[in-house]
Amino acid sequence: MDSYQEIIFKLKKYWSDRGCIIQEPYDLEVGAGTMTPETFLRVLGPKPYRVAYVQPSRRPADGRYGENPNRLYKHMQLQVILKPSPNDVIDQYLGSLSAIGIELKKHDIKFEEDNWESPTLGAWGVGWQVMLDGLEITQFTYFQQCGGIDLDLVPAELTYGLERLTAFLQLKDSVYDIEWAPGVSYREVRFADELQFSVYNFEMADVGMLWKLFELHEGEAQRLLGEFRKLAAPLPNGRGSVGTESGGVSRFPLLPTYEHVLKCSHLFNTLDARGAISVTERVAVIARVRKLAVGVAEAWMAQQTTEELAEAVQ
Amino acid sequence: MSLPFLLEIGTEEIPDWMIEAALAELEEQFGNVFQTNRLDRPVFEKSATPRRLTLRSRDFPSGRPDIVTPEDGPSVSVGERAAQGFARKHGVSVAELKVYQSPTGPKYRVEKRVLGESMAQILERSLPGAILGIHWPKSMYWGELGSPTFIRPIRWILAILGDKVLDFKVAGIKSGNVTSGHRILGAAEIPVTIENYEQKLRENFVILSAEEREQRILSIAGAGHDERLLKTLVYLTEYPGVISGSFDPEYLRLPAEVLVTVMKHHQKYFPVYENGQLANRFLAVTNTDGDPEGLIRRGNERVLRARFNDAQFFWETDQKKKLADREVDLKHVTFHTKLGSYWDKTDRIKNVVKVALGGDALTIRAAQLCKCDLTTELVKEFTELQGVVGGLYARAQGEPEEVWRAIYDHYKPESMEDSIPHTHGGQLVSIADKLDTLQQCFGIGLVPTGSRDPYALRRAAQGIVKILVEGKVRISLRKFIRSDFEEFLLDRVRFYFRDVRGCKYDEVNAVVAAGWDNLKDVEERLIAIQAVRPTENFEPLAASFKRIQNILKQAQFVGNGGAIDATLLEPGPESDLYHEFQSVRSRLANLPYRPALETIASLRPQVDLFFDKVLVNAPEPKIRQNRLTLLHTLLAEFSTIADFSEIVTHT
Repeated sequence: MDSYQEIIFKLKKYWSDRGCIIQEPYDLEVGAGTMTPETFLRVLGPKPYRVAYVQPSRRPADGRYGENPNRLYKHMQLQVILKPSPNDVIDQYLGSLSAIGIELKKHDIKFEEDNWESPTLGAWGVGWQVMLDGLEITQFTYFQQCGGIDLDLVPAELTYGLERLTAFLQLKDSVYDIEWAPGVSYREVRFADELQFSVYNFEMADVGMLWKLFELHEGEAQRLLGEFRKLAAPLPNGRGSVGTESGGVSRFPLLPTYEHVLKCSHLFNTLDARGAISVTERVAVIARVRKLAVGVAEAWMAQQTTEELAEAVQ
Repeated sequence: MSLPFLLEIGTEEIPDWMIEAALAELEEQFGNVFQTNRLDRPVFEKSATPRRLTLRSRDFPSGRPDIVTPEDGPSVSVGERAAQGFARKHGVSVAELKVYQSPTGPKYRVEKRVLGESMAQILERSLPGAILGIHWPKSMYWGELGSPTFIRPIRWILAILGDKVLDFKVAGIKSGNVTSGHRILGAAEIPVTIENYEQKLRENFVILSAEEREQRILSIAGAGHDERLLKTLVYLTEYPGVISGSFDPEYLRLPAEVLVTVMKHHQKYFPVYENGQLANRFLAVTNTDGDPEGLIRRGNERVLRARFNDAQFFWETDQKKKLADREVDLKHVTFHTKLGSYWDKTDRIKNVVKVALGGDALTIRAAQLCKCDLTTELVKEFTELQGVVGGLYARAQGEPEEVWRAIYDHYKPESMEDSIPHTHGGQLVSIADKLDTLQQCFGIGLVPTGSRDPYALRRAAQGIVKILVEGKVRISLRKFIRSDFEEFLLDRVRFYFRDVRGCKYDEVNAVVAAGWDNLKDVEERLIAIQAVRPTENFEPLAASFKRIQNILKQAQFVGNGGAIDATLLEPGPESDLYHEFQSVRSRLANLPYRPALETIASLRPQVDLFFDKVLVNAPEPKIRQNRLTLLHTLLAEFSTIADFSEIVTHT
């Protein structure tokens, strides 16, 4: 029986063998692997890209004080981006399940319609939830839009829920009982996080401070986007803008700008878990984050276009 | 000579609920191809699995002959120049023009000829457009921006006519004679012919026929399961099998509604009942051939256990705060941004129940609590159980049966097949809730258009109609209807009686035209009409009533308030009609609808005779006025049950 980490090694190796860069987790709080720049920004534009990485994903509202055997404040996703999506993408995906020891002929696999949409990212795609013996193990999405921009090359995004996949393979009813490394349980590694972050997110987080931080990060992202717009003129096709002064554009700190957007998103989630956002406010706050995300996506396209032009000139 | 034909569009997994509609569209697309080529539409056989849409036929024509369309030009007498112009316009020489004899003399004519084509040519030319022309509720592209869209990526195209493999390309995929088997159990590439196609698929663990897949499921699972779920599973699988699993009977302490929702909606399992009680077993449909080691069963049981654990956790957590204590929390649950919160809505529902519908104290209590479950974890997790969960909590928290039942049922009916709330209290709360939604949404212009009805207002209106009739709730609609949705609601009334109850449209029109303030009463009048209609006097009388209406219309007579002057009546048919009318009128008092209608119909001989012998348009104005008044009064007095002139007669 493979340990949790062994399963991760095997999946990484499998996708590495199929041309993926193996990235390390993004070092900011995100709600899903989709939100990191490796996905959110890399899927934009015409450049092919293949990447796989494990992303710890934080969803404050899903915390259960370590009491619920299946729900976690922070779970791990294996995120795979194949851009463009190869014709045999589903076969490749099924191969990855074989690679971690699932004998496909002995199990029941179904692809059930599940379209994905992230209002905060202005992103959506169509696809399936992949069901293995009644358990959803992967979200499979063909991205169509990101940051409100139609994608030049449609990528396939595979998001594996690593804990439930491992629990399935190790025949465990609780994620806390899965074996992380030989002789070490998931509980030993992660239980304290689950308990303490649940206490913080649900009971102790200072709402005033969270709002203040939200506004600071939002302000900084807005300021930077404003600075960028001074350097770049919009493209006539509405799909971004092109730099008028290439030097300034290509060195412009859009990646740091995006980090402030990610901060806003996580603060929003924490405020939401804390019960500090009414349903009516919710929509408005999501729209604020979305505006920033869309702004960064457009700016990123402009920056990429500027760089391509510069390369073409050389 | 006719040829067999086979087309299979191979795709990645198509959402189950779209498949049948897509097959119908594909057939329609083919119909168009045949129509534009002026060919008779052959008989098609349609089949599909999640990964393939298949269209077959035994009788494709081998091709299309030349199509010749004559087009007329100028008269020969107009001269050479006109002929040249006409020839140039059609790209022929003057020598090629034909001359024919028109009634006005000889004219030039050109025969436009579209050359014949073999069926293979036609298909190779038309199929890419036909396939991509299928309309999907939501489609995608999977290549570069601007590349073709379909529901999911197309991965292969199998197209054979007779023994010829057709050659065309769709979305970059070249057609051929190769299909693909079950993803896991079958071969990936299987060359086939039209004859062995279905058999080859079967050998590769694909059952092409949806009916056969359904039979396969039913043969193991037994009959009596949810039809919609069954259909979903038929189109989620290519080679269905059924496994039986069980769960800890301890979970049966949770409400059956919750357990069934988890099994059916979340896991797509069939729940199992024994002696009418939910058993601790379930049936799962797999896309495989058996489960000899029980691995699939074990996996599904584990998933279900986890789901039930969640439900149990929510059930217990929610109980910590009583439903009644949640009312104030509704201030934070938005009904609609422009229409305030559910707290506001609750207030309005309560008012309607209390004041307009005359609900008793328990019904008012139910109205007050009916939306409180929106703040519970269980409803957040299982939104489809809203109302039901509120009812269950109310029961668990000691609310009287009248109260919890009303809460439990107040979203009913959720469709025309669904039953109405079981209790009078539930019916009142449901009506109040739905009326409020209608009034509020129409009030700010959220009006359904075409097929778009995001606030499900049609369903709400239809629900009101169904409850009023079937619940025998005698309330006056006039109090609630506003001019902005009167027509909308009337449409639903007509729809209900016509399409749900199967009444004849003219009878519905006749009855509704006589008023629809009380829908239970509308139903009674309709039943009476249905009973009386086949009797010998009814239709002829209806025809006479229509004649009366036409006469009055032609005379522009709308009644002058004047009474009939008996002294002006001519003895004989006119006077007889008048006296019979008076007699019928006096006999009508307090008669139920059916004998009342029969009594009215008995007037027929006098009416017939009147029209036979009496000239309404008498030269003497006073007499004419009096006759019109007689007819007008008769029509008005006898149109309170139904407007007979709406009845379509064949006499």
